Amino acid sequence: MANQATEPERPHGLLVEVAGIDLKLGGNLVLAGVALTASEGEIVTLIGPNGSGKSTLVRVVLGLLEPDRGSVYMRPGTRVGYMPQRVVVDEMLPLTVGRFLALGVPAAGARPRAVLAEVGAAGLAGRPIQRLSGGEMQRVLLARALLREPDLLVLDEPVQGVDVTGQGELFELITRIRDRRGLGVLMVSHDLHLVMASTDTVVCLNHHVCCTGRPEAVSRHPEYLALFGPLAERGLAVYTHQHDHRHAVGGEAAPLAAPPPRQDAAEDTAEDAAETEGRSHG
Amino acid sequence: MDDFLLRALLGGIGVAMVAGPLGAFVVWRRMAYFGAAMAHSALLGVALGLLLELDLNVAVIAVCGALAVLVAALERYKGLATDTVLGIVAHVSLAVALVALAFMETARVDLFAYLFGDILAVTRLDLVWIYGGGLTALAAVVAMWRPLLAATVHEELAEVEGAPVAGVRLAFMLLLALVIAVGLKVVGLLLITSLLIIPAAAARRVARTPEQMAVIASAIGCLAVAGGLYGSLRWDSPAGPSIVVAAAVLFTAVTLATLAFTRRG
Ligand SMILES: Nc1ncnc2c1ncn2[C@@H]1O[C@H](COP(=O)(O)OP(=O)(O)O)[C@@H](O)[C@H]1O
Ligand SMILES: [Mg+2]
Repeated sequence: MANQATEPERPHGLLVEVAGIDLKLGGNLVLAGVALTASEGEIVTLIGPNGSGKSTLVRVVLGLLEPDRGSVYMRPGTRVGYMPQRVVVDEMLPLTVGRFLALGVPAAGARPRAVLAEVGAAGLAGRPIQRLSGGEMQRVLLARALLREPDLLVLDEPVQGVDVTGQGELFELITRIRDRRGLGVLMVSHDLHLVMASTDTVVCLNHHVCCTGRPEAVSRHPEYLALFGPLAERGLAVYTHQHDHRHAVGGEAAPLAAPPPRQDAAEDTAEDAAETEGRSHG
Repeated sequence: MDDFLLRALLGGIGVAMVAGPLGAFVVWRRMAYFGAAMAHSALLGVALGLLLELDLNVAVIAVCGALAVLVAALERYKGLATDTVLGIVAHVSLAVALVALAFMETARVDLFAYLFGDILAVTRLDLVWIYGGGLTALAAVVAMWRPLLAATVHEELAEVEGAPVAGVRLAFMLLLALVIAVGLKVVGLLLITSLLIIPAAAARRVARTPEQMAVIASAIGCLAVAGGLYGSLRWDSPAGPSIVVAAAVLFTAVTLATLAFTRRG
């Protein structure tokens, strides 16, 4: 292809490369100097707190939003399967799952049923789209993305609204699809440990890229730990926790008079989750 | 059947047939307020048409179309609350139109006819407009059905999948302008939104697919026109409002029937 001849520096298999992205929304700098790549057969996971710009970056990659500065490259001819963060179909629209799937691809024929089976949602084709559980809806959205025979899957919080067991199953499914089809995956998650096993590369985002690399490396990175706090260490072997305050009845921190009775680890984690929430928005 | 009555029936059916599918999209896209606002601004078209001695249909289509383009442009700047701007523009144009009409030769303007319709006065030329405009709108909706439906379900997803989302959105609003312009004669600008919405809402009770809902909405609209005209003759009630009342009766009947059916089934 002519394009490859003029841009020989891009590695073979590279699907997406964005660099130096600045984007302002409503006066706020939502993305600052963000860079990201994704290649064939690679699973790249964007993680970051709520409001850190993950969905916005996804929209930039997809060409739905024009950045104020920076470059967006997608390999010419790349077919994209997209799973938005939230799809709610109005109750007034009579639409079955089968029809919903066919909206994405003209003349889909019998393939919707095959793809539904592939994502473990066989038998849902005749169900009204509004009558799906959270997990079923996510699988149907994944099926619609796959129907396009994509080279790149872009999944914005694919396990949203799914219980913990279901989340693990969905990530396994995504990994299997990658293995079978050899496509690239760019997905968004807000929890590193859930996606640890199913991702090759992690990009930790908080308006700028805090750190990027293999999941184990990111999970130990100081910037990652600063962003997510001790909560980030959940599930890791080494876990030390020093309380310099205890929590008063109302939940607010109170000065520590005497060493508190040692609580079990799970409770500590829950408290820290609340603290992390407040800090990460700052 | 008297000639004027036949013209009224034909005119009403022509409008109701297009109002079915367009009304379905108005309901699905939650654009009822947009439709009402556009209908209000139609009176400015009437005033301008009288002032500039234009064909009133052309003037109304032009004003409503301009509103559609304005809203489409505003929606690109996500920070602005579209419905606020829409409310201001629509009601100010209604007020300006009322003021302008008051200063004109009042003998020529039957305000009541524009507000509530004057279906019994439908002329042959009106029929040409209704069927010309209506068939154009129907053909356009059929032609862009898939991308319009995909964009209605989820705009960004449709855009990533290659649907011309911005184009069909603008086209849809322009078609709505066209239908409001030709529907003005039948039920008037205060009631045209109900002819879009009530049949579609009634059709939702029985439809299994989007296409069924559009077709059934057209059928219910046609029944409402026939029923309203009949009631108007029988009880000497105003025709436009009677059509809307008939639509509401049909909506209630369909709702009760489906409720009873699902109870028993
Ligand atoms: N259209 C918009 N106008 C103004 N601000 C926006 C818009 N969309 C998103 N934002 C803001 O940009 C930030 C990032 O949003 P988003 O990318 O959705 O975060 P995430 O997906 O990481 O939770 C948030 O603070 C959000 O309020
Ligand atoms: Mg998001």
